[in-house]
Amino acid sequence: MALLNFITHRNKYSNSEMMTHYPNTTDHYRALQAKSLLYRKTLLKLIYSAKAGHTGGSLSCVDLLNVLYNHVMDITPQNFTQMNRDHYIHSKGHAVEALYAVLADKGFFPWEALETVGKYGSNFVGHPTRDIPGIEQNTGALGHGLAFAVGMALAAKKDGLTNRIFTIMGDGELVEGSIWEASASAAHYKLDNLVAIVDRNTLQISGQTEDVMAMEPLEDKFKAFGYAVCHVDGNDIAALVDLFDQLPFEKGKPNLVLAHTTKGKGISFIEDKAPWHHKVPSETEFEIALRELGLAENDLEVVDGLE
Amino acid sequence: MDSNETSMGVANLDAFADTLIELAANDHDILVTASDSRGSGRVTPFAEKYPDQFIEIGIAEQNLVGVSAGLASMGKKVFVVSPACFLTARALEQIKNDVAYSDHPVKVIGISAGVSYGVLGTTHHSLHDLAALQAINNIDIVVPADNFETGQAIRAAVVHPRPIYIRLGKKAMPILHDPTTHFEIGKAIQLTPVREEYDVALIATGETVAPAFFASQLLAEQGLASCVLSVHSLRPFDEQVVEQAATHSKSIVTVEEHSVNGGLGSRVASFLMQAGVFRPLRIVGIPDEHTVTGSQDEIFNHYGISAQGLAQTALQLLKKETV
Ligand SMILES: Cc1ncc(C[n+]2csc(CCOP(=O)(O)OP(=O)(O)O)c2C)c(N)n1
Ligand SMILES: [Mg+2]
Repeated sequence: MALLNFITHRNKYSNSEMMTHYPNTTDHYRALQAKSLLYRKTLLKLIYSAKAGHTGGSLSCVDLLNVLYNHVMDITPQNFTQMNRDHYIHSKGHAVEALYAVLADKGFFPWEALETVGKYGSNFVGHPTRDIPGIEQNTGALGHGLAFAVGMALAAKKDGLTNRIFTIMGDGELVEGSIWEASASAAHYKLDNLVAIVDRNTLQISGQTEDVMAMEPLEDKFKAFGYAVCHVDGNDIAALVDLFDQLPFEKGKPNLVLAHTTKGKGISFIEDKAPWHHKVPSETEFEIALRELGLAENDLEVVDGLE
Repeated sequence: MDSNETSMGVANLDAFADTLIELAANDHDILVTASDSRGSGRVTPFAEKYPDQFIEIGIAEQNLVGVSAGLASMGKKVFVVSPACFLTARALEQIKNDVAYSDHPVKVIGISAGVSYGVLGTTHHSLHDLAALQAINNIDIVVPADNFETGQAIRAAVVHPRPIYIRLGKKAMPILHDPTTHFEIGKAIQLTPVREEYDVALIATGETVAPAFFASQLLAEQGLASCVLSVHSLRPFDEQVVEQAATHSKSIVTVEEHSVNGGLGSRVASFLMQAGVFRPLRIVGIPDEHTVTGSQDEIFNHYGISAQGLAQTALQLLKKETV
């Protein structure tokens, strides 16, 4: 896993200009891919051990979180108390296990702290809270993150800061009216420092998002609300790196990323299955999942060995 | 009835869903509305059996309650099924204005209420709903204790002429009542034999009635007599039965799966003070603090909402009184 050390050698102040200087080499992508596998393993362990959690939605957004925290955003335990760094709000708060894995890896708290997730008396509840180092806002009721991020972006503009505010929302979450109220404000105040990301995995608890409440065409809706809209494969590390390096997409417009993902991504029998929204793996399922991730890890290292 | 006789039922949510399936067969005006909550509300079988009587709104609780009020205004018997936490916080203004104030007899079903969601934390707990709704005029409030009370409340709700909120949990409940027990919205039910004098009145609501009942058995082992009340209706509130129980008791312990501020305990205390009935009293519930992380059971135990904890509270209260 020597690959991972690469990740730590990065610019301390990574505004978007500096980020484009970041070497987007194959090694870099592979290092990030290795991290995604580590996060997938970790979040599955968390859910398995707590016997609760949101498996599908954590697996779908973990590549996004990975690229944001390890390539795009300037957020570290060291600069966390500063205002002029990037900020992240986990609007789809139920997918907290993915965030816990990434924050542990970033050094916000020791890995062992994760053993208490969901246990009696722990600070690690099943949704993000500010009790946890690295988390900026309590979320879990859907449809709150974007408005909060708008407030942060607006404050940053008022203070002439050069940072960006990121948030990830679920696609089922988009039905909340507050998303659209916040969207109007984002465009009204020309918040090009706001990066709203939709985890477009096409599933929610009850099934397909389009069957539950049709919201397409999403691109047209977001455009009409004043966003600069981009599509990306939200589970493709290289594509994500490439896209986020182009921020802001358009001066004077808030950024909206439709990240097309697979719910449950990375585990064959969990992928694209609505019941896995909050299903906990059985012992056998857990073992098979870890084996699948182990095989993927081997593949990465084999490719690496050929170089 | 003693604990050896009590058998387990299903979750009140399941009792609710089963009753509704039965009632909807002959009443096509019964509608269920949901916000990506059919699974947690146990109404997926309803949706499959009566697709024309099920309306999915998506994750949009404010719209859910607004649409439901509109449906009710056109004569539909609407059961809004969504987590209590979101219904009574996110959609509180729709409940206040579109349902209660405008007087449309919507049946607001708050599912997985209180701390049913356990480790999911405060966003998912509803510890404010009884306080908020008691401060809003014209919505009745019912918190069933077991499957029997749930089934009866749902049957009554179908024909209830006013807005009503029914608060349900998702844990399997012991069967506390004989099926011949008289149930009426607004009338508390006494679970223990009637006596001239009790050492303690254990006044409970919803899923805390069971531990109150089991606490009375622990107290009986110590020779103490309890009057256990299931106050399933917070509104209308049964002043008569509560006053009677208090008058005949040396002390009072109230218990609820709610903030200690503004729920059953506050209601009982303010009523008794104004009625001139003064007794040593303890309000057991979730205190005004960052709620501890845990399952519903762990949270209950942590705050003394258990047979042991309640018996202990009663004993302390009685000792204090006799000192
Ligand atoms: C306001 C609110 N309503 C309902 C819920 C319950 N809930 C948690 S996750 C979820 C489905 C979310 O679907 P989506 O936004 O598509 O998330 P993902 O597929 O990424 O997991 C629901 C309804 C909630 N957390 N907040
Ligand atoms: Mg989704």
